[in-house]
Amino acid sequence: MDPPARDELTPPRLELEGITKIYPAVVANDAINLSVMRGEIHAVLGENGAGKSTLMKIIYGVIRADAGTIRWNGDTVSITSPARARALGIGMVFQHFSLFETLTVRENVALALEPGAANAALDERIRDVSERYGLPLDPRRHVHSMSVGERQRVEIVRCLLQQPQLLIMDEPTSVLTPQAVEKLFATLRRLSSEGCSILYISHKLDEIRALCQRATVLRAGKVSGECDPRQETSSGLARMMIGGELPHPRHRQSTTRGDGTLLVRALSLPADDPFGTDLIDIDLSLRGGEIMGIAGISGNGQKELLAALSGERPVAEAKAVVLNGLAVGRQGAGVRRALGLAFVPEERLGRGAVAEMSLSDNALLTAHRQQLTGRGFIRPDATRAFAQATIARFHVKASGPEATARSLSGGNLQKYIVGREILQGPRVIIAAQPTWGVDVGAAALIRQALVDLRDEGVAVLVVSEELDELFEICDRLAVIARGRLSPPRPMRETNAEEIGLLMGGSFIGAQGVARADASSAGLTDAR
Amino acid sequence: MHVRLEARPEPSRLMRWLSPLFAVAATLVVGFVLFAGLGKNPLEAFEVFFIKPVESLYGVSELLLKASPLMLCAIGLAAGYRANVWNIGAEGQLTLGALCGGGVALALQDSGGAWVLPLMLVAGAAGGMAWAAIPAWLKTRFNANEILVSLMLVYVATLLLSLLVHGPWRDPEGFNFPQSKTFADVALLPNLLPETRLNIGFLLALAVVAVAWLFMRRSLVGFQMRVAGLAPDAANYAGVSARRTVWLGMLIGGATAGVAGVNEAAGPIGQLLPVMSPGYGFAAIIVAFVGRLHPFGILLSSLLMSLLYLGGEAAQINLALPSAVTGLFQGTLLFFLLAADVLINFRLRVARSAPPAIHAGRATACKGA
Repeated sequence: MDPPARDELTPPRLELEGITKIYPAVVANDAINLSVMRGEIHAVLGENGAGKSTLMKIIYGVIRADAGTIRWNGDTVSITSPARARALGIGMVFQHFSLFETLTVRENVALALEPGAANAALDERIRDVSERYGLPLDPRRHVHSMSVGERQRVEIVRCLLQQPQLLIMDEPTSVLTPQAVEKLFATLRRLSSEGCSILYISHKLDEIRALCQRATVLRAGKVSGECDPRQETSSGLARMMIGGELPHPRHRQSTTRGDGTLLVRALSLPADDPFGTDLIDIDLSLRGGEIMGIAGISGNGQKELLAALSGERPVAEAKAVVLNGLAVGRQGAGVRRALGLAFVPEERLGRGAVAEMSLSDNALLTAHRQQLTGRGFIRPDATRAFAQATIARFHVKASGPEATARSLSGGNLQKYIVGREILQGPRVIIAAQPTWGVDVGAAALIRQALVDLRDEGVAVLVVSEELDELFEICDRLAVIARGRLSPPRPMRETNAEEIGLLMGGSFIGAQGVARADASSAGLTDAR
Repeated sequence: MHVRLEARPEPSRLMRWLSPLFAVAATLVVGFVLFAGLGKNPLEAFEVFFIKPVESLYGVSELLLKASPLMLCAIGLAAGYRANVWNIGAEGQLTLGALCGGGVALALQDSGGAWVLPLMLVAGAAGGMAWAAIPAWLKTRFNANEILVSLMLVYVATLLLSLLVHGPWRDPEGFNFPQSKTFADVALLPNLLPETRLNIGFLLALAVVAVAWLFMRRSLVGFQMRVAGLAPDAANYAGVSARRTVWLGMLIGGATAGVAGVNEAAGPIGQLLPVMSPGYGFAAIIVAFVGRLHPFGILLSSLLMSLLYLGGEAAQINLALPSAVTGLFQGTLLFFLLAADVLINFRLRVARSAPPAIHAGRATACKGA
């Protein structure tokens, strides 16, 4: 597909000049220039915290720039609100969806339209648009019964109904199977050929090289480069993005066999909230000296499985979870930790760490069994030393053990939490989305730490949505879909395509499909 | 133009400690206006309210005497509040403490020794804990709201004591007044200062505050209760039992309130009356928050609240002001404290609403953070 010709007479669809946004603690955008031509798929590339999201929110009118000019089809405009942006012809699909789960597709779409547009013909228009762009949708379905991929379709269709001239997509593929990504790209290419410009935000270099015609790279709030990604290598793009080489973890087969084990036998657990996922008959066997990965699209039971494994939600049957040979299903998180389990949760502030407390106190949170207390009383010096050791060993950027958890960036806090769990010398460690939202350098460090643990004989379980990450570090990989866990596949015998099919639920037998018809979640993603 | 609250990136620690002082200052300003409005000379009224009560040694002893139950109740409540356990029923737990401690005193009226007083304190603490255990059990078993349950039990406790004092425990030689026999000397708290009512209950309260400080700041369980208050998910993640937190939070508050009840019964009152407290259990909620839920802060704020009680009494006598003025001051103080707290965590931003139309060169509309 050819990019539309850049001629001098047609003004760019969108042109930003000197856009600056300053927050009390950080300059999020520093004199950003960017122009998007008609029908161009333009990547905005950068690490987390580089300022991509701030820039998109400025374009969509969610926040306003402190300085700079926005030109839309050649005219200087002030985008004061998302409604104003939509009126201009700008649509945005957010990374975290803004749908009401209890409403139907039609109702969700109607809410975003001008009053009066939500008439009887709306169903027809939804069907029309969704079929034209290969995004099949039933307007009467309730959103809570839909998979993440389907929900994204609702968001996209909702934007397309307003016939946008510019569509902003914020990390759209982070929730999709590889097969669903292909379909999304086909839709985006079709839109582009019809003259709709697309701003595509991502940090996945391969996708950008496959899809986009131009790329603007952001680093620390500034434009660090502009290029045609099809002419660049991934490492070239990475250099622009992080200002250095992309580190890769060493990955060899482990020879050490530790004695830590985690066995799950026929674990079934009804969801504790109405839009959660029931766990059905989960079997899992993890032994020391291996990294097992669990792939899957979020919302397929990961949250529930992790709570059952960590002990945050004990289960009725003690033998359903066996840790280091002891049936602990009915025990809480404290007992399991005392037996040598460590856990890195997905949420950092409020779960993995207490925002208002210092790093010292946050060390105490889970590491108090490391002689940080005596006779029930806290030993402040030992606690501070533990926090200091974690900071030093995992290169956490913090002013010291007294810094509050809130004052750390997401990536640094994640390094601290991972470090705190690792330094407790666990026999089994579970990590959920260990590198989600973490910059490339920190992600590499965390993955390396997990690989090192495995080499020391620790049993490691990684639950992640990032397939690349799982392929990089795991020895075996299982897939969770609709609350069921597939049999694990040795990493050497599988590939992204097979895992993608499993993520769609292909391993679930006839009985499972019959059950799944009721909820009909996720299947269509993998068709 | 509209006003909105914007979260501050890092709330100031200094301001957290200064905010009670701001609240006190604002309360004084309101008091000034109030007294002026009532036709009193505000300065004279302030003197009567805040200076007169503590001019004499006797006044100071009364200040400390009244501060003791406030301190005791507030320190126990604070331990729970830090863990998001909202015990509003210290008044009822205090009443039960007085009832149980007083019951021991009455039962051992003629046969007591030096061990009566410790036994009364233990019985009082146990009574307060038993009363607090009801909301704790209903909370952990049925997820019943502890605010409502503990509050409603206050009225049950008052009626229970009233029933006993009107009935079986009434002093037969008391001219039919609803009151028990006066306690024997061994069942009364020893006096600290001659010519005053100050007794060793005050030292007991100070000791409890010190132990509470040790528990809250230095013990693992106290730390875990703070975590449960700040981030319940983090507490669950770290393996802190939510049930244990609720039980501990309620029982600690019940125990200290129960001891405060014995302090009143075996101290200034010396017998059981239908009403054992002029609302110490409720005022302690304000004391706990004005003291920032911190033991040292509570020490100071209980003195302040005690002064408000004394000042209110003095104002009734010398200025012929209604007794409601005390409650008014308490409420105003809490209001300003909460308002100051909001401003610590948020700042006010006044923004003119931007014109909706397209407007050239408006990109700098938001400058000035």
